[in-house]
Amino acid sequence: MGKSTISKIPFKGTAEQEQKLREFIAANKGMQGALMPVMQEAQEIYGYLPIEVQRIIAEEMNISLEEVYGVATFYAQFNLNPKGQYKIGVCLGTACYVKGSQDVFDKACSVLGIGNGDVTEDGKFSIEATRCIGCCGLAPVLTVNDDVYGRLTADDVPGIIEKYQKM
Amino acid sequence: MYRSHVLICGGTGCSSSGSAKILSEMESEIKKQGLENEVKVVKTGCFGLCALGPIMIVYPEGCFYSRVTVEDVPEIVSEHLLKGRVVTRLLYQETVTDDGIKSLNETNFYKKQHRVALRNCGVINPENIEEYIAVDGYAALGKVLTEMTPDEVIDVILKSGLRGRGGAGFPTGKKWQLARNLVPDADQKYVCCNADEGDPGAFMDRSVLEGDPHALIEAMAIAGYAIGATQGFVYVRAEYPIAVKRLRIAIEQAREYGLLGKNIFGSGFDFDMDIRLGAGAFVCGEETALMTSIEGHRGEPRPRPPFPAEKGLFGKPSVLNNVETYANVPQIILKGADWFSSMGTEKSKGTKVFALGGKIVNTGLVEVPMGTTLREIIEDIGGGIPNGKKFKAAQTGGPSGGCIPAQHLDTPIDYDNLLAIGSMMGSGGLIVMDEDNCMVDIAKFFLEFTVDESCGKCTPCRIGNKRLLELLTKITEGKGTLEDLDKMEELCYYIKENSLCGLGQTAPNPVLSTLRYFRDEYVAHIVDKRCPAGVCKKLVSFEILDTCKGCTKCARNCPVNAITGKVKEKHVIDQAKCIKCGACIDNCNFNAIIKK
Repeated sequence: MGKSTISKIPFKGTAEQEQKLREFIAANKGMQGALMPVMQEAQEIYGYLPIEVQRIIAEEMNISLEEVYGVATFYAQFNLNPKGQYKIGVCLGTACYVKGSQDVFDKACSVLGIGNGDVTEDGKFSIEATRCIGCCGLAPVLTVNDDVYGRLTADDVPGIIEKYQKM
Repeated sequence: MYRSHVLICGGTGCSSSGSAKILSEMESEIKKQGLENEVKVVKTGCFGLCALGPIMIVYPEGCFYSRVTVEDVPEIVSEHLLKGRVVTRLLYQETVTDDGIKSLNETNFYKKQHRVALRNCGVINPENIEEYIAVDGYAALGKVLTEMTPDEVIDVILKSGLRGRGGAGFPTGKKWQLARNLVPDADQKYVCCNADEGDPGAFMDRSVLEGDPHALIEAMAIAGYAIGATQGFVYVRAEYPIAVKRLRIAIEQAREYGLLGKNIFGSGFDFDMDIRLGAGAFVCGEETALMTSIEGHRGEPRPRPPFPAEKGLFGKPSVLNNVETYANVPQIILKGADWFSSMGTEKSKGTKVFALGGKIVNTGLVEVPMGTTLREIIEDIGGGIPNGKKFKAAQTGGPSGGCIPAQHLDTPIDYDNLLAIGSMMGSGGLIVMDEDNCMVDIAKFFLEFTVDESCGKCTPCRIGNKRLLELLTKITEGKGTLEDLDKMEELCYYIKENSLCGLGQTAPNPVLSTLRYFRDEYVAHIVDKRCPAGVCKKLVSFEILDTCKGCTKCARNCPVNAITGKVKEKHVIDQAKCIKCGACIDNCNFNAIIKK
């Protein structure tokens, strides 16, 4: 769970995004255990949780930045760095793993030239080894945003990525 | 009245293979052919046979169409729905007999199953409360609120012998009894549901949420009445968007119908519930960590005692059960404790859902009475191992469980028998492995998972598992010693005994069980520097055979230029340079390269 590298990509949040977040917090801060739902909404708005966004949350919720940061780095689904336009996930759950998803993942990394959790320089692709997504009947599985590709071999990977490169 | 019903699976498995498109195509095609007043299309939850998705069943004939594509839809409508001629080529082959079609329940996959928790999955439309009510939905809640005292409810659950389906198997009735009685003057209590199904390869809870969400709502309200709570929380994995959406719809509908909210059934009992989304932390499946997470903090476990029944969510007495456990409750109330306890073994009553995955023909969800043997599940229901390969092990219990070898295939499965053979029930993931899987690699795979998911709060888990993983890595790289095996075993027991929560206490199980049953594979890695299954890359070598034609393709495709040779002469791999990526094998047109 040790992910603490902070993005070097400049923050490009807009005033509308900030207003939307502040309004959501104002409406929900009285709820018991509101921090996680607030952070989930913030990530929905910005796509990730840079330190600037964490500061807004801390300020509005009247808690320390340390607490927000602590929660942000504890959970795998909170991203401190922006993701690519096409988010590739390769399931490394047990069912996919025993059917060779590690090879699929390695192939995708080598085609894109990036490693787990990274984004390509043009910001088009990011890749992540994901936990079981529960489509074990389709193992091994690769997802691109909401599209699911199943029963793959490493050989299928370049073709799939090429499809999105052209989009 | 409709003369035909078309049921299309809208579970995650079938949705991922495109069932939503098939559904909309089916609706528009039916309209196009003017059948919209005669045929009704229903989107259901999971049927269980995920390997054959997308799945469609047409009633009244009961035709089970498998691996349907959008292109098949017009043919199904014009042939089957309009002219009454079954599209045989799309039928699940198991259902085709010489004299017609047999029902799904007679196929090997369904014959030995007994569906209690999954009874409505694939049968009703989960987004319509009326369909749930039509199959006796909310009758159990009505019975409880109008005819039974809280103590009577707890008594029935106790007598039924229901145990927690999330892993440890604690008696559910006992849990409720403690939460009811431990703090008699509590001003607030909570009912929680663990839907943070984190075990890789287990998806039965998701299936209930997607296919029968009202069953969960009803059961939580019953639990609320039993322990004296008015508020419930469902903690759902954020990776399950369809499940979250359907549960939201179901909660809204239940509120509209007065089945959640104030004064339910005019009984004076108030109960409402909310959803909280997880954010990808396996440890949050542990009860105290889950509660800490709902409170909005880092999901670290708390020492017990105090147990949640005394001091749980927000410091109040709380009950936590998982989805599958709750899904059994309404049926137990309606049919009685004796009905439930007549199924299963002496100490494990009822049924259990297993998610079959890995090297098995019929991947999917199956529900069988406790006491069914692994062999029946894998060979009869699961259809055995594909591609003529040999069975090696079945893994149950996820990262907390163990690998069961062929000699124990005839063990009747229940909580206690699984523990005795070094595994555990866990949430019910059942991953089958064949001769191509390396058991040392599998142990390492699970350890990588737990090391990554350890919250870091207690030292035995945080550091102990890390050291264990280093030892395993050493072995898979051919650098291990036999002494390492003893060290590993000692470390395993230390971690088990000294970790704070269930994650650490069970993390070494995959290592211990593979050491127990597959020690020879460890020894092969250490002594012979060989991976018998050919998985561990550092111990595998590639070799070019004499049949090489010297086409140079492998040399051109080798990413590290490890292959040399002249045109039309046999090529050679420099083992020192080779990174074992396998690109040469993939590119050889003459099958002249082998992996050893």
